[in-house]
Amino acid sequence: MSSETDGRAGDGKFGEYGGQYVPEVLMPALEELTDAYERYVLGNEDGFMDELRERLRDFGGRPTPLGRADQLSARYDREVYLKREDLLHSGAHKLNNALGQVLLAKYMGKERIVAETGAGQHGTATAMAAAHLDMPCEIYMGRKDINRQRPNVFRMRLNGATVTPVTVGRGTLKEAISETMRDWATTVENTHYVIGSVVGPHPFPSMVREFHAVISREARRQFAEQVGGLPDAVIACAGGGSNTMGTFEAFLDDEDVDLYAVEAGGSGLGVDDDAGVAPNSASLSTGTEGVLHGARTKVLQDPDGQIVESHSVSAGLDYAGVGPQLAHLVDEERVHAVNVDDDAALEGFHRLSNTEGVIPALETAHAFGYLEEYHQELGERVVINVSGRGDKDLETAIEETPNHDVPNAPDMDVFEGTGGM
Amino acid sequence: MGVEGAFGSEPAFVPYLAAGDPSVEASKAYVEALDRGGADVIELGLPFSEPIAEGPTIQGAVARALRAGMTPRRYLGFVRDVDTEAPLVCMTYYNLIYQFRDETERGGPDAFVHAAADAGVEGFVVPDLPVEEAGPMRRACDDAGVDLVSIVAPTTGDGRLRRLLEISSGYVYVQARLGVTGARDDVSGRTAETLARLQQYEAALPKAVGFGIRTGDHAERIVRAGADGVIVGSALVDVVADGHEAGDPVPDVADRLADLADELKTGAVRGRDPGPAEPERN
Ligand SMILES: Cc1ncc(COP(=O)(O)O)c(C=O)c1O
Repeated sequence: MSSETDGRAGDGKFGEYGGQYVPEVLMPALEELTDAYERYVLGNEDGFMDELRERLRDFGGRPTPLGRADQLSARYDREVYLKREDLLHSGAHKLNNALGQVLLAKYMGKERIVAETGAGQHGTATAMAAAHLDMPCEIYMGRKDINRQRPNVFRMRLNGATVTPVTVGRGTLKEAISETMRDWATTVENTHYVIGSVVGPHPFPSMVREFHAVISREARRQFAEQVGGLPDAVIACAGGGSNTMGTFEAFLDDEDVDLYAVEAGGSGLGVDDDAGVAPNSASLSTGTEGVLHGARTKVLQDPDGQIVESHSVSAGLDYAGVGPQLAHLVDEERVHAVNVDDDAALEGFHRLSNTEGVIPALETAHAFGYLEEYHQELGERVVINVSGRGDKDLETAIEETPNHDVPNAPDMDVFEGTGGM
Repeated sequence: MGVEGAFGSEPAFVPYLAAGDPSVEASKAYVEALDRGGADVIELGLPFSEPIAEGPTIQGAVARALRAGMTPRRYLGFVRDVDTEAPLVCMTYYNLIYQFRDETERGGPDAFVHAAADAGVEGFVVPDLPVEEAGPMRRACDDAGVDLVSIVAPTTGDGRLRRLLEISSGYVYVQARLGVTGARDDVSGRTAETLARLQQYEAALPKAVGFGIRTGDHAERIVRAGADGVIVGSALVDVVADGHEAGDPVPDVADRLADLADELKTGAVRGRDPGPAEPERN
């Protein structure tokens, strides 16, 4: 199913999606990157992949466990297994890609790293990878996201990265990606842009998926060893779709395994054309074909083609586009695009926390919100990717929980007057 | 006359403004002022919400134009109404072209290219459409009889340059420096290098240099380095933005634009004067 065959990077097209819609100034860098991707990543030239695997083990803590969620299994009358990417160093799956790309930049002789970040997880992972591999690093982050993900902003700075606020637009991931592309257009000769999801121009969607494919390669093997056979359903949340593609990759050819990409339904589906906003980030479920940030894919846009502002309670899903391969897999009906709203996500956040002792990221919480609402429709044996841990979201959870209908939350009164609300 | 024909015996002055910045009416007056000031071709921006190739100045223009309600359909009306001698080239991003549907629900770039040509647009510059993705747009432009201008960057190697020149028409947009649009105080030394490389191809297309030019003096040096024209955006947008912020009357701002246009055009023409050849610096 993947576009790579015999070690070639393919043409970056997934059906009608994908491509390279970027300014000419960046095209030579994309050609150079495609070549490096083929040689080092797909071809293991100079032992690149061996070194990456070693560093993911010794620095990152791979493999991450696959574990049975006993309480959830009983609650839903199904076998529920958690793939624990929250236990990866940095606290989210993002390190798989960040470490891969920073190491690749080193092999390519680049001297500087730039990246965008939404939730700050990709920024944190990139800052950690850059510190680990001794590369200077600058992270662009929307103003609104800086305010709602403060612990991560501090983590990036602790790791020596410069965090540059992006103030245009609504100040979220979309603006941060645009601004990082502008930096890259200026510094492209010595700088590598570590894009944080399976989005952007070719070869990024393929390469980022490849770096995250370790999630499903491990999970598929772990499931076979620990449980036997294959799961019936695999679930992951989807913003740009990197943990999603990583969690699905090894199962794509297993046609009996149902794949669910859970998007952020926000506070409602659809696009308000007049206001130019979508109160959600459900580009797979409700978007239309368009060109954004270098790729043709499903985007949230008005009828003229202006990209609209998205919304989600989770900064990491708050994006108007999605990876082109994921969009294609949905069109092909290999992947089910589903979504749950902010309330369900908060519900999932509290449920996993108080039943399993795992505090998930609000992004991840969408997958558990889906499980709560739709477990009846799922097969017997379910694997869910816990894409990240929720420490970064505690401030948001304290603030948002009382504003939403979350019956399973602990008593929030204790926080009243403490500045959290 | 056509876009290529507008590059005559004199070096050409090619200004950029975003249609609708800061309002449809004012913007019309500003574009006409540039025409009066000596514009040979006018790059008229159709604002897109994600202008990834633009620096802060033109991002500001795009945001003001969108706030003023500019849309692809209103843009076509604008092109019909605005009164200029200079041919208009539409500068925009691919998604707006791609999404446009006409009454026949014709999809892809065809509908917009034809509608724009009917309104009087004579060419396109699409910064996020590299040669790899330009096929459908090139065919639509051929079909509608309008030009598609390619951008050459300082990073463009010889192999890409050849492919770019093959599909470009009207003129070649030579990006003077790395990065995004924005007025600068210096002139990049890489401009001369790119122009020299272009010279080796028998591409008869005129070479217009843009990114960073802000004064008549810059324009002169760029032409001395071998350019057939200068493209100026941010320096002009600054005049619009300053006037808007100060609340100045539209005719006053228009006069300032015409004056700056005249300075830039005169500077460009001076660059062609035989005289003590001053080498391109920094
Ligand atoms: C923990 C976590 N999960 C998921 C996402 C969404 O990204 P993607 O869809 O690329 O996996 C993010 C993004 O920041 C994240 O931090």
